[in-house]
Amino acid sequence: MANIVKTKPRQGITVLGKYTIGTSTTLMAIVVILFVFLSSTSSVFATPENLSNLLRQTSINGIIALGMLMVIITAGIDLSVGAIVAIAGIVNALLMQAGMSMWVSMPLTLVIGAAIGVFNGILIHEVSITPFIATLGTLTIVRGIVMIMSGARMVANLPKEFGQIASGDIFGIPSMFIIWMVLFVATLFLLNYTQLGRNFFIIGSSKEVARLSGIRLRPNMYAVYGLSSLYAALAGILLSSRLSMGVPTAGISYELDAIAAVVIGGGSLFGAAGSAIGAVLGAIIMQTIRNGGNLLGIDPFALQVIIGALILIAVGVDQLRMRKAEKG
Amino acid sequence: MAELIAARGISKAFPGVRALDQVDFVLQPGEVHALVGENGAGKSTLIKILMGVYRRDSGTLSVKGQDIQDFSPQAAQSSGMAAVYQDISLARSLTVGENFFLGHMPKTGWGTIDWALAYDQCGKLLRGLGLDDIDPRATLSSLSVAKQEMVAIAKPVFENADILVFDEPTALLANEETEILFSIIRRLRSEGKGIIYISHRMEEIFAICDSVTVLKDGRHVRTMPVTDTNPDDLVRLMVGRSMEDMYTIRRSPLGEVALEVEGLTREPRFRDIGFDVRHGEIVGLFGLVGSGRTEIMRAIFGADPIERGEIRLDGKPVRFTHPSQAIAAGIGFMSEDRKNQSIALPLSVRTNINLANYPAISPFGVVNQTAEREAARTYIDRLAIKTPSDTVAIRNLSGGNQQKAVLGKNLASNSRILVCDEPTIGVDVGAKSEIYKIFEQLTEEGVAILLVSSYLPEIMGLADRILVIYEGRQMGIVERSEFDEERLVRLASGLQA
Ligand SMILES: Nc1ncnc2c1ncn2[C@@H]1O[C@H](COP(=O)(O)OP(=O)(O)OP(=O)(O)O)[C@@H](O)[C@H]1O
Ligand SMILES: [Mg+2]
Repeated sequence: MANIVKTKPRQGITVLGKYTIGTSTTLMAIVVILFVFLSSTSSVFATPENLSNLLRQTSINGIIALGMLMVIITAGIDLSVGAIVAIAGIVNALLMQAGMSMWVSMPLTLVIGAAIGVFNGILIHEVSITPFIATLGTLTIVRGIVMIMSGARMVANLPKEFGQIASGDIFGIPSMFIIWMVLFVATLFLLNYTQLGRNFFIIGSSKEVARLSGIRLRPNMYAVYGLSSLYAALAGILLSSRLSMGVPTAGISYELDAIAAVVIGGGSLFGAAGSAIGAVLGAIIMQTIRNGGNLLGIDPFALQVIIGALILIAVGVDQLRMRKAEKG
Repeated sequence: MAELIAARGISKAFPGVRALDQVDFVLQPGEVHALVGENGAGKSTLIKILMGVYRRDSGTLSVKGQDIQDFSPQAAQSSGMAAVYQDISLARSLTVGENFFLGHMPKTGWGTIDWALAYDQCGKLLRGLGLDDIDPRATLSSLSVAKQEMVAIAKPVFENADILVFDEPTALLANEETEILFSIIRRLRSEGKGIIYISHRMEEIFAICDSVTVLKDGRHVRTMPVTDTNPDDLVRLMVGRSMEDMYTIRRSPLGEVALEVEGLTREPRFRDIGFDVRHGEIVGLFGLVGSGRTEIMRAIFGADPIERGEIRLDGKPVRFTHPSQAIAAGIGFMSEDRKNQSIALPLSVRTNINLANYPAISPFGVVNQTAEREAARTYIDRLAIKTPSDTVAIRNLSGGNQQKAVLGKNLASNSRILVCDEPTIGVDVGAKSEIYKIFEQLTEEGVAILLVSSYLPEIMGLADRILVIYEGRQMGIVERSEFDEERLVRLASGLQA
């Protein structure tokens, strides 16, 4: 089933985790062009308020995309991240409402998030359910649990200092953005410099090769889905801090935005291709178009069409270039 | 009659590599034309250009008298060309019959697929070719690699192609199957078809081919009738030096028993296998394809579970449930199925050489990049792996060079016991003798080697003792002094010597 959405790896030559100059400079150039274009057509775009708003908006999807990236590198997919955003926001809010300090409730929520990811890992590794179906099931279950737990109502009246996490700045830079960048560096390091990162790429290229090379699949599969959910839970906490409440319907279709960011950034659903910088740039491009489109008064539905087209163009152009390169 | 293929001045470059440089190639009807050369000489590239898989940079090509400007695999197929590539490129999850018809399944009057007819036709052809034991309804992945190769070989015959290309078809075949292949080729030749035959085995060239074209570093060296040359001269043209006695290696004094296997059983694949390998010794494992050799190797390596029996390393009993334990205990494993089991195709040569080495070079889980680069450089140099750099994806290397990287992977992880299943598949004569020298060196260092090979000259030349397997049963262990081709073949066919 997941085959329908699979495309060939984006680069002809994939250097492990590192980027061929081609794709990342193209993405950079798109970001620059977008910023120049929007600053000149909209008087609001380049204002500090809008930019810091843009960074906050992007951070949520950007954090989820980094987790999704790792899953996609192992040739998997995680559809449950949007639901985990919701459950993290609700659980954390309910715990605080019950009087727990946020410094206890947040770590607890992250642990619960990671545990859901490990559950995905168990379904996929032990029960051999394909990632697409396994995480689809988890998504549905978690969404249901969120509704039961919250009574389908928002959880408001949260402590003030909780709201300040998302709205706060550090040296004038939105703290959410800083958290995202810390995760970016951590993910980049993990993918390029650690054994775990190598394992993800090798598993993504062939599970049998990985096994015969002495890589144990179980801990690696648990780790990658656990990390993806952990990142999503963090994004969920930040989102609810930003809204100052727990929202049961939060995070709907966030998994698709995250997949789109990874794929625009050069990831391949065949596995073993993709990079952290690509995922970050992919997330920025998507959110900038959304933000800029709103400022320019473009119909939000038309914007949806544009973003959809962007995904197809980004992947399509690369596929054609690849096919040409293959024939030489 | 006119030439089937006339290619002149063909050139082709890949990033960092000049794969072909002004190559001429002509194929006549009723001719079996050998294409020989070292790993990376450009043989596969040339046939991929002929078949429309790659686009040539320059040169002219005509097929059956028609000038070809831009060729596609589909166009090549409809002009009667078919190729069996080095890496089996069939649909592994489909049945043999479906692979034969791929996209052209016969239809019933209702427009639905006529399965009975499809399997009937397929079965008839297989029987006609002497491949009675292949069930047209079997899923491809359920067949042994050799059987898969035979299916790949039968497919163009089925399609009634009149220009056929075989790129190293015998690399995975045993004697018996090679004979079947040769009889197929002879029949095709007598029907006036043209065959291009790529192989690194000289005796095959002289057994089956009419003419031979030698490539070296992407350049055309010579084309001549096979009768005008001999194996030594041909090797000299390919490698640039002569190769005498390549199978004779220095014997090392034997040490203590390194690996001991007793009563090893995994029904229905093999039963009661018992032997030992000493430090510094090479023990051969000989048997027909499907006799259980590969399964025995995999069981020792912990890749498959075992039912009964004991494995001892340096006298201590071990029981591996996962390959990682075997690797940690110092066992290296070279699988015969390179593409599906040994290498990570989209990843770099550097990563691939280090594939089994990461636990050793990653203190606290952080990869020591210097050690990683160092290992890659060492084995690229030592095994003369032809690659523009170690960051290139390994799928861009020629088949033989990929195989060398797999050997590098096992050497890099410092194995004390090396389990090799067909280690020289697709490797050219020069590199083969390099690999044998490395085996010689390893045995001197006390490494114990367990070698599966269906290639008699290789196994008889290298092994100190040969264990013969027939249908999962141990037929006997033959000492070096008693090596005899006929005796080994008889044992391997289930006959007592
Ligand atoms: N798709 C590709 N991209 C980049 N380089 C390639 C590609 N295909 C082949 N090459 C390079 O072209 C050269 C010729 O390769 P080719 O596969 O034709 O060799 P070969 O003669 O078939 O060798 P072997 O005996 O090992 O199969 C090699 O150096 C190889 O690395
Ligand atoms: Mg080749």
